[in-house]
Amino acid sequence: MAELTPQKEILLRSEKKVSFREYWSYTGHEMKRNYVCYLMLLPFMIFFFLFTVVPVVMSLPIGFTDFDMAHFPPKFVGLQNFYTLFLEDDVFIGSISTTLVIAIFTGPVSYLMSFLLAWLINELHPFLKTLFTLIFYAPSMAGNIFFVWQLIFSGDSYGYLNAIISELGFSTGAIQWLTNTQYVLTCVIIVQLWISMGAGFLAMRAGFQSIDKTMYEAGAIEGIKNRTQELIYITIPSMGPQLMFAAVMQIISAFTADIVGRSLAGFPSTDYKVHTIMTHAYDYGWVRYEMGYASAICFILFLVMLLCNRLIRRILGKYMN
Amino acid sequence: MKKKNLKPSELQAQIELENAAALEALKRRREKEHRKMEKSKGSNKRVGKTWVQDIWIMILLTVLGLFMLAPIYFAVITSFKPVQEIFIMPPLPYAIDPTFENFVDLFQVAANSWVPFSRNVFNSFFVTITVTVLHVLFACTAAYVLSKCRFPGVKMLNKLVVMALLFNSTVTYIMQYMVMARMGMINTYWALLLPLISSSMGLFLMIQSIGQIPDSMIEAAKVDGASHMKICWGIVMPNSKPALMTIIIFQFQAAWNATGGSLVYDEALKTIPTVVQQIAAAGIARQGAIAASAVVLMIPPLAIFIAAQSNVMETMAHAGMKD
Repeated sequence: MAELTPQKEILLRSEKKVSFREYWSYTGHEMKRNYVCYLMLLPFMIFFFLFTVVPVVMSLPIGFTDFDMAHFPPKFVGLQNFYTLFLEDDVFIGSISTTLVIAIFTGPVSYLMSFLLAWLINELHPFLKTLFTLIFYAPSMAGNIFFVWQLIFSGDSYGYLNAIISELGFSTGAIQWLTNTQYVLTCVIIVQLWISMGAGFLAMRAGFQSIDKTMYEAGAIEGIKNRTQELIYITIPSMGPQLMFAAVMQIISAFTADIVGRSLAGFPSTDYKVHTIMTHAYDYGWVRYEMGYASAICFILFLVMLLCNRLIRRILGKYMN
Repeated sequence: MKKKNLKPSELQAQIELENAAALEALKRRREKEHRKMEKSKGSNKRVGKTWVQDIWIMILLTVLGLFMLAPIYFAVITSFKPVQEIFIMPPLPYAIDPTFENFVDLFQVAANSWVPFSRNVFNSFFVTITVTVLHVLFACTAAYVLSKCRFPGVKMLNKLVVMALLFNSTVTYIMQYMVMARMGMINTYWALLLPLISSSMGLFLMIQSIGQIPDSMIEAAKVDGASHMKICWGIVMPNSKPALMTIIIFQFQAAWNATGGSLVYDEALKTIPTVVQQIAAAGIARQGAIAASAVVLMIPPLAIFIAAQSNVMETMAHAGMKD
């Protein structure tokens, strides 16, 4: 990562107290000296600010208003939305635990799986490498292929899983996988896991591919005895950035799990069993058009994800160095 | 060597000739070594590699792979089943009488819609290719600067990228709509293109991967007088090819699956996924067509994936760089 510019570093390290004006004159000087960098950033940053940063910044204050997208300007209500969320909205409180359950079961599991599989695949013949990478990535590529899972878990006589179970003689009655509160969460977690070998997995594959092969030979000479040692002393330390990227991706996909539950278990699901925070935001944002409230929900989710990101960054950082 | 008897100009020529010959020899030797390395790949001196282990790994991967692949296999097989076979109980893992009926049905419905289907196909390819090319160009340049240059504001921008990635939600979509409406971009190609070009996931991956390239490599290029642009595209990018290929896959896929949502409502601007969604909305009656559409939609990302993955050579990026 980038550090301080040399001048600034010297400036800050010197014993002398730096005046505000001196600091900014140095900064201005540095900006002038590095104008090429800004020019190179420009094309991306124009679009990035317009279509990502500005909308995010605009949506933050909306959380403190009562905004239905029809009445301008939005009515300021202070912390009212947050009070309602935590003190009165039982569905939201329930959705917190659902989100956490899904995040805990899918996040770490799929992170470790991605790493393990990427590692195992890396040892194979080039053709098999591409083949297996493709197989594990295929569910994320297929995008909206949930309908197959709907067929598999379907509770009526067309459900594949029920058919297999009754064929094997375990059960005679059809099990309502997606409406029975006992099973629906497990089903959603399975599908979420199935679809989760996405960006993080591919990034890890890329990470493995860019490891310098000579490092392993050097390691063998230095006395590394087995693959586990190789993994701990060579592979993981040289894959830090990809592991970090995969972690962020995993946080995002684990905490914003929503579409799988909505399309499998229906919306709203039985007894709000798979109603996540994101589903709640969808409910208020796109069904009831209470944008202020939805914005407050998203803001809370953002804070949770930010916290989680900090935590993981700290853990990984400690391990990497 | 009788260099003494030569004129200065001839001496110069002689030396150049010798240099060229030496360089050639060095190149040949390098190539030979490289070929040797390629040949012994997989079987080079690595510790603890036995074939028993390999078999266990293969078994594990195959079992997990089957779990991942099974639903997709069912989707593909369903798309080849005639209507009367789709609802057979228990479901058959193969089609008794495979047909292209579903695909024909899908294309017929698509062809008979408001605008010619070719227009949607053009839209899809135009949007996908433009987005992928521009995103890769812009994001890679930006990632190089953010990860390897030091200038005021770089730390903040790096943090901003991650934050923007985490704040990925329902609500920003509305604000995006408002920004676009203010700029008069609703219902134009811009609405399809611009938000996708600026997606920060690819940027973040590139920043992370470029961070691994040793600074000494870039310093060396700087000493040789290369400009930032030249360092970025001549040295950094070839050395982070795996990451580059990965973001091409991500971006192609994201652009291909993008529907434009409510940013675009003109039929003539819609892409294939939107049209297919409309057709699939007919529900259970079109079960076969839904499967067929899923299969058709998967083909272009699949092709890009295979092309990109097999293009990732096992580069020995940092070999010879001693920090």
